[in-house]
Amino acid sequence: MNSSLFLSQLLNGLQLGVLLFLLSSGLTLIFGIMNFINLAHGSLYMVGAFVGAATYNASGSFLFSLVAAVASAAIVGLVVEHLVARPLYRHDHLYQVLATFGLMMFFNELAIVIWGNRPYFVTIPEVIRGSVQILGASYPIYRLLIIAVGVVVAFGAWYLIQKTRFGMLVRAGTTHASMVSVLGANVDLLKKSLFMLGAALAGLAGTLAGPILSVQSGMGDPVLILALVVIVVGGIGSIRGALFAAILIAVIDTLGRAYLPGLLALVLAPTAANTVGSALASMLIYLLMAFVLAFRPHGLMVSAKR
Amino acid sequence: MTFNKWTRLSLPVLFILLAAIPFVAQATDEPFYVTFFARVLVYALAACALNIVLGFAGLVSFGHAMFIGLGAYAVGILGHYGISNGWIQLAACIAVCIVVAVMVGAVCLRTSGIGFIMITLAFSQMLYFLMVSLTPFGGDDGLNIYESSDFGLFTLSGSSEVYWATWALLLVLALFLNRLRTSPFGMVLQATHINPRRVNAFGYSVFRVQLSAYVLSGVITGLAGFLLANLTAFAVPSYIAWHVSGELIVMIVIGGIGLVTGPIFGAIIFLLLEEVLKGWTEHWMLIMGPIIVLIALAGRNQFAWLKVLFNRPSSAHAAIEAQPAGETR
Amino acid sequence: MTAPSLTVDGLVRYFGGLKATDEVTLQVRPGELHAIIGPNGAGKTTLINLLTGELASDGGRILIGDVDVTGQPIQQRVQRGLLRSYQITSVFDSFTVRENICLAARRKRGVRMAVWKPLVRDSETMEVARRIMAECQLQHVADEAAANLAYGQRRQLEIAMALAADPRLLLLDEPMAGMSAAEGAAAIELLRSLKGQYTIVLVEHDMNAVFSLADRISVLVYGKVIATGTADEIRNHPDVRKAYLGDDEDA
Repeated sequence: MNSSLFLSQLLNGLQLGVLLFLLSSGLTLIFGIMNFINLAHGSLYMVGAFVGAATYNASGSFLFSLVAAVASAAIVGLVVEHLVARPLYRHDHLYQVLATFGLMMFFNELAIVIWGNRPYFVTIPEVIRGSVQILGASYPIYRLLIIAVGVVVAFGAWYLIQKTRFGMLVRAGTTHASMVSVLGANVDLLKKSLFMLGAALAGLAGTLAGPILSVQSGMGDPVLILALVVIVVGGIGSIRGALFAAILIAVIDTLGRAYLPGLLALVLAPTAANTVGSALASMLIYLLMAFVLAFRPHGLMVSAKR
Repeated sequence: MTFNKWTRLSLPVLFILLAAIPFVAQATDEPFYVTFFARVLVYALAACALNIVLGFAGLVSFGHAMFIGLGAYAVGILGHYGISNGWIQLAACIAVCIVVAVMVGAVCLRTSGIGFIMITLAFSQMLYFLMVSLTPFGGDDGLNIYESSDFGLFTLSGSSEVYWATWALLLVLALFLNRLRTSPFGMVLQATHINPRRVNAFGYSVFRVQLSAYVLSGVITGLAGFLLANLTAFAVPSYIAWHVSGELIVMIVIGGIGLVTGPIFGAIIFLLLEEVLKGWTEHWMLIMGPIIVLIALAGRNQFAWLKVLFNRPSSAHAAIEAQPAGETR
Repeated sequence: MTAPSLTVDGLVRYFGGLKATDEVTLQVRPGELHAIIGPNGAGKTTLINLLTGELASDGGRILIGDVDVTGQPIQQRVQRGLLRSYQITSVFDSFTVRENICLAARRKRGVRMAVWKPLVRDSETMEVARRIMAECQLQHVADEAAANLAYGQRRQLEIAMALAADPRLLLLDEPMAGMSAAEGAAAIELLRSLKGQYTIVLVEHDMNAVFSLADRISVLVYGKVIATGTADEIRNHPDVRKAYLGDDEDA
């Protein structure tokens, strides 16, 4: 086993984990606090990716495209919150699932209408192109940037939730939403801000992912499902859980895809190893999810006593 | 109008009209009608099966397409190995669906509400990716099915055969669901949605009752997949796409959750709408998406409304008041 | 059906740092009506939840008859005839009174493969339902949805369901909560008629009911049993008076 290859795979996993974390943290907060299941979160990710890519291609400025992506995702998030989420907060999750499913369909088709069916090409910004040497492996700076962004956001989220008044209201809102409103906080504003925050994070993840993954209609779907697995494993409502689970799942997924066929080749014939290996690798995280749920139905970070 | 009255009225009318379709198609020389409505009935079957857990127990399974896939691939994979005997394929389909439903259900039912929705979705995705990566079975392109399921007395060789088989199965299912609703098992199942704690307090096991319902639902959905494979002569991963699961839910909501004939009406309306929109524009999803959003917004009080239908007229008000907010379980 | 004894031995339950149930020890004799009283927050409902198994205990034992049921899930305890009613009415709102009671009545037979014949048309179930509805004065609302009933009737239904399920050991959590004087009096008579048939643990605030029905009374304060005895013994117990009336030192 090549150690520098292993290291770069590990870093790939870490980087994917960060993207997943950005997506899942918003998702888990929205579920945990507003009890709202938002399947359109993947669409917000896609909005960030498209807007980020389009503005970068048009302006050449990475910073500008970043801001545009995050802002547009936040704005779309605000509109979604007001028109679709708000009427459905108190209602059965079924309708939330249905409505956001309809939104997903709409946004995916809208992307095709605006940008066509083929992947929309965007390159890694000039300013952060190139690689750097880490412990013998050559690793792209851009991917390291993503990891760095993840660390900053994780710290920022921790600070926001634990140390600010907004965070306090959010934490109180998870367990006692009605009390929070009785205490005078504008709950509607709180919910809108939270929704927009989640959307902004999704948009950030989307625009960062753009140059590495392909930007196209439906790109949010598989990532959304991964994010759902992450928050189920990590525990609904827990950001710490989302961080831990996102990295765990991304690393296992990446390493699994990279090494499982090879490992199986030790015991199976090459073609069988390849088939079974890639099949198993694609199922790996779901098996992990099932395993976790078998023992901790409420996720890893949330303790539930009977 | 009470539940019973509506079912007693709509069920025979519906099935007589549906039975007329192949004859109408023959008269107007439009075999397409049969193919189209065969597809409608297949999805209606799947939607009715989903209604067992969704309508009765309030379990929003977002992964039922998984069972359609299992049924379809039972036909496809066995056919791939030269086995086109319908009975063997059917046995395999049912066996696999039972095993998968028990395993998946046992895990999913440990979580509540949101968790259940997400995990059922995740498992169906797992199957989707599995089938995509299994290149011996066609991978992304799936399997061609060259020989229809042969049951000895008949074969599911054409749209017509599939149509009648599905029609018959659907009729049996509808009649069964009507009885199930007032049966002891059915009542306890509905009770698990109304007040799970109390159900356990009477010594019933919410888990076991819901799991049994989930398995039953899964097997019948698998039969729908079986029929679909025969209709299209394909078994493809796209049958397992989560859009399919979502569409089944849309059909149920359109037609009326928990109503016996509801999902059938829902399937007809939804798929007809889809055909019409496809005729207008290739970007029909741009219109269908917001329509689904509107259906969700319009139907959000449906659970309460439905409890009104379940009961005698005098209970209308109180039933709506008694509806707990936002609870899936 | 013989009414079993109920033995509670050193039962403990923590909520975080709070010892909600503090080494509770009780012995309820077969066929006895044993009342549990205590000021609010004493942990009476917690105790009931521990006895049914809806709450897991952190220590101690529970025996029904001479069977140790500690740690058993609620369904297994129900099989031994343990049934409860809830302080906050917990019926099936969208079902009719008849359907609610039939569902309760069916608990012994179970519903395994029963997918065809209507629940309410089964002769055995119908007979039980008819009898219970008559006992609990609910015949005239038999086909009303439970959600439609007046509050007092809902409380009646609450008890009726526990009775319909063929109990041997009944745990009643404030069955008379919120009842009018007339309804309360009827409920007392109903419970009086049940004495001896079942072993009953009655949690109540209504002292009328407690002192007229109970064979023995236990007093729960801050999760601890401070006294157990007959109505007279409890009435005159110094610790009990202090708990209810308080004294200057506590204020």
